[in-house]
This record gives sequence, C-alpha cells and structure tokens, in this order.
Amino acid sequence: MAEAERADALFHALADPTRRAILTVVLQEAHSVSDLARRYPISFPAVHKHVGALERAGLVTKTRHGREQRVRGDVATLRSAHRLLDDLEVLWRGRMDRIEQLLADPTEGARQCP
Amino acid sequence: MPVISVVKDAQARTLTVTARFDAPIGRVWQVWSDPRELERWWGPPTYPATVTEHDLAPGGTVAYAMTGPEGDRHRGWWRVRAVDPPRTLEFEDGFADADGKPSPDTPTAVIRVVLSELAGDATQMTITTAWASVEAMEQMLAMGMEAGMTAAVGQIDALLDLPAQA
Repeated sequence: MAEAERADALFHALADPTRRAILTVVLQEAHSVSDLARRYPISFPAVHKHVGALERAGLVTKTRHGREQRVRGDVATLRSAHRLLDDLEVLWRGRMDRIEQLLADPTEGARQCP
Repeated sequence: MPVISVVKDAQARTLTVTARFDAPIGRVWQVWSDPRELERWWGPPTYPATVTEHDLAPGGTVAYAMTGPEGDRHRGWWRVRAVDPPRTLEFEDGFADADGKPSPDTPTAVIRVVLSELAGDATQMTITTAWASVEAMEQMLAMGMEAGMTAAVGQIDALLDLPAQA
C-alpha cells in the first residue's frame, strides 16, 4: 500500500467514534465480532464493516477460532514502543508550549501578585 | 520552544521531557498548584480541561474533565504520591468513567515533575512519565487520540514509519 493510501486508511479508521471505541476495547483483549456487536447499539454487519476499516488501516488483526472470528488490536505491529514514545513526546511538547504562553500572559502575572 | 531535551527509553517505557521557562520557580510551580492555571495547558485548545477537584497533598486527588468540539467529555484523575512545593510532584494519572470514578482495566502512568532554579530567574522543569507495559502505552495513546490529545502530525509520522507491506 502506498504511504498516502495508508494515511487515508488510518485517518478514515480513526475518524469514527465507534471504531475508536472498538479499537480501545480490542487493545485490551481479543473479542469476537458478535461480542462487539452486543456491546454497541449497532448491527452485526455494521460492526463487521467497522472492523474491516480498522483491519485495512493495520490497527487490528482477525483470527479464526472455529466458527468465530476474533479481533485483536495489533499491539506488536501497530507501533513499536519507541514510536509510541514519539507520539507521547508530541503531547508533552504541546503542553510545554502552552505553559510558556501562560507564563508570558501579563494578566496571569497580575493575578499572581495582587 | 521551551523544550530543551527529550529522552526516550523504550526498554524502561519512560519519556523524559526537560523544558526551560523564563520565570521564577514559584511562578512555574503555580501552573501545577493553581487549578485555574492547570486548566489552561493540560488539554489542547480544542479539548479544554475543567479541574473539578484539586488536592495536591500526598494521597490527594485531582479530577478533571475535557470537553471536545462535539461536546464529547473525557474524564481523568491524578492520585498524588509525593509533593514538595515548589520543587517536586509525583502522581499517578489515569482515565475515569462518566461519574469521575477511576476506570478499572485502563492504563495508568506515573508522572514525576522536578523543578529547579536556573541563573537569571529562569526555571528548569523535567517531567518523567513511566508506563507499566507497552500495552498500557498503546491503550493510553488510543484513548488519547479519542480525547484529541495527540496531534495529527504525530499520527502521520508514526504511520509513515511503518514498514511497507507487500
């Protein structure tokens, strides 16, 4: 898959709140599609479609267990621990930038020394 | 850019971010100790935080909610482990359910904040975040994405770094 297509698949997968909820659940533990359908007020085919979108983005894998397909968040291949740390770095850089802006705000300084 | 160094230890699952601020140590401590100031930087601008409980004492709780552009609410909590104003603060950070109670089976991280004085009335702040497992990090990030906490650019970078599939 080309990089642009891969990016499209990821953003498409993560843009939907139900898919994000499913991803959060299957990152903790594998679930069958019917388990997932019971958790949300949507039909089995709709859950199946959501899982397909997550699978195309490489966020989950499906394995067959007898008659059931089990869905699991792909922790091993989704991202290495190092790549996770890269994303968490982005979060903290944003926070540090906001603290700097806050400290430079003259109205805050006035509040500090009444 | 206030950040002066970032150290990532994938083995120990820790992230250490060090920043320098042009303000005295007491003023920088206030961004943690004053809930109204904490609200202004903890969440991104699109997910402003409201701090509903703020007890920076050992064993104390800080509770917050972040509200997204669609009105979606995400709650979180801190459990304070150690505090020594204006120098150190250590707490456990986790997700809460809709009532603000800590959600079981969700990941937590331990965050340690250390402030120190620099010459010229400046302050250095070092924040070390430690996760118990890779799964905890993964889950934290997935939930963080839901709360709009990670920048899209981080997601794109992560994606483009993935090994190409046939």
